[in-house]
Amino acid sequence: MTTPQVQRQIVYRRPKALNDVPTHYCPGCTHGIAHRLVAEVLDEMGVIEKTIGVASVGCSVFGYNYFECDFVEAPHGRAPAMATGIKRVIPDSIVFTYQGDGDLVSIGMGEITHAAARGENITVVFINNAIYGMTGGQMAPTTLPGQKTTSSQNGRDVKRMGYPIRMSEMLATLDGASYVVRRSLHDPANIRKAKKAIRTAFEVQHQGLGFSLVELLSTCPINWGMSPVEALKWVEEHMVPVYPLGDYKVSPTVAALRIR
Amino acid sequence: MAKELLKGNIAIAEAAIRAGLEAYFGYPITPQTELLEWMSKRMPELGRIFLQAESELAAINMVYGAACTGARVMSSSSSPGVSLMMEGLSYIAGTEVPMVLVDVMRGGPGLGNIAPSQGDYFQMVHGGGHGDYYPIALAPASVQEAIDLTVLSFDLAEKYRSIVFVLADGSIGQMMEPAELPEMRPMKKEYPAWATRGAQGRPRNILTSIYVDAEDEEQTNLRLLRRWKEIETNEVRYRAYYLDDAEIVVVGFGTAGRVALSAVRTARAQGIPVGLLRPITLRPFPTQQIRELAKQAQSFLVVEMNGGQMLDDVRLAVAGQAPVDFYGRMGGVVPMSEEIEREIQRLAHNPVPLYADVRQAWMQRLLQTKTKGAW
Repeated sequence: MTTPQVQRQIVYRRPKALNDVPTHYCPGCTHGIAHRLVAEVLDEMGVIEKTIGVASVGCSVFGYNYFECDFVEAPHGRAPAMATGIKRVIPDSIVFTYQGDGDLVSIGMGEITHAAARGENITVVFINNAIYGMTGGQMAPTTLPGQKTTSSQNGRDVKRMGYPIRMSEMLATLDGASYVVRRSLHDPANIRKAKKAIRTAFEVQHQGLGFSLVELLSTCPINWGMSPVEALKWVEEHMVPVYPLGDYKVSPTVAALRIR
Repeated sequence: MAKELLKGNIAIAEAAIRAGLEAYFGYPITPQTELLEWMSKRMPELGRIFLQAESELAAINMVYGAACTGARVMSSSSSPGVSLMMEGLSYIAGTEVPMVLVDVMRGGPGLGNIAPSQGDYFQMVHGGGHGDYYPIALAPASVQEAIDLTVLSFDLAEKYRSIVFVLADGSIGQMMEPAELPEMRPMKKEYPAWATRGAQGRPRNILTSIYVDAEDEEQTNLRLLRRWKEIETNEVRYRAYYLDDAEIVVVGFGTAGRVALSAVRTARAQGIPVGLLRPITLRPFPTQQIRELAKQAQSFLVVEMNGGQMLDDVRLAVAGQAPVDFYGRMGGVVPMSEEIEREIQRLAHNPVPLYADVRQAWMQRLLQTKTKGAW
């Protein structure tokens, strides 16, 4: 009797670019997924040794603990400026920022806008979960109308507190921006699309094609007061209608890009 | 190299370039803008980095990023712009990366004006940003000294992984005088082991100013303080004029020190035993030297282009051994040497008591003689 020949194949493992340490993120938070996608892309492109990450202020402040590449930590909102300083001095490096919506859309509005306008050859991973996570769930510029947070306890009243800012749409108006897209992390199909977009964004930089940004709709179950599953559902039902998924800017050179 | 007629701002810029500057990030503000403009022409010509940022906030953080790569990097600004940079400066100090910032000071507070001032002493010499940190502050009194100190600033910054300020007032930036530029230095080829330039063949580097555990943050503060003590021991710089037999010691830096020197010379010619100590490093401050002088001096006169910001440092150094008097002009007004000479004469004939309220008395004198009208 012969034993059947079993071919073993590894189909899933921790990317080399992702350190084997527990993260500080809350259970059910999608930061872990976003980190993994970025790490997979760095692995696939083989660029980890020339990559410098720029962490921001907010929940991703400890991002530098999780990626196996050089990392710096920026003041609140200033990651695109720091990334500019690094990239200009070492043009053949890969420089990415990893920023939340409180960091990027609020205090960092100036830096992100001008980095995009300059066509700075960096990649921005932008996590939009419509709330300030790290400080305990305050209203962000991206908080939805009516959404309750610890600093809009009766719901965001747009008459007094203004309207959510659609960052990808805004940045897409800038000539300097080459690749600006919005994806979501609320289910596997969308996660696969997000991965593809992150890969494209890093390829845009690798080939010197200019500014790239991937906005990722994300969850904050703890501060939203939901279970992880409810939070994923909330992204789909409430966030996607306000922040439609799609490609907001794909410059002609980026459109011609073929990723092997 | 031969002497040439150079404007301060441009001389500083060219000196930085010749000292091996790799990247400059800045934002226009009078009275330092010629420095940025010169950089915009020269740096690209030399294949180096020039970038006009969208704000001083962005400029200092571009500097921060570039400094993390170990590159020779600088920015320049003037008082209100430097105020905006304070957040970034604190982060840079906390991350222990070297950089140079030139502050061509103007009248304040607030928008103030574009006239020469020394009103940034507090924010530059005694901090400005949050937390305990200790930048080196160099104060030139001529275009030549501005050149020499700019070159020195990069070496000090790298030696101590420190922020170095070149603290020039508007007149140093705007004035033209003969000066000699250094030879062009070769660019450095090696970068420090801590630099974040990509983790090729080594473990990754992380550069941050965050230490969540308070004990770790305290250790970091101690490390910064130990390094500062080393700087205090090694790097005090000053110029002494006619101090050997001085009974009256004038203390002034930058342009105020230079104007005071004229007054000291005139008073000397009239037989008054007066000398001048001009601090070049405002931080580390020449505390010991002033303390030594206080053993022989009968009185001190601090002269500044502000309301007496260095005055307290001189008082601390003198430590009650002699009275410390004060004369200043504020808001962008540069004192005439005759004004300082009158102050020296007054001190020679009527020294103030040891613990007199010299600031109050100075305000009264200023009100009577100098200001446009009643306050």
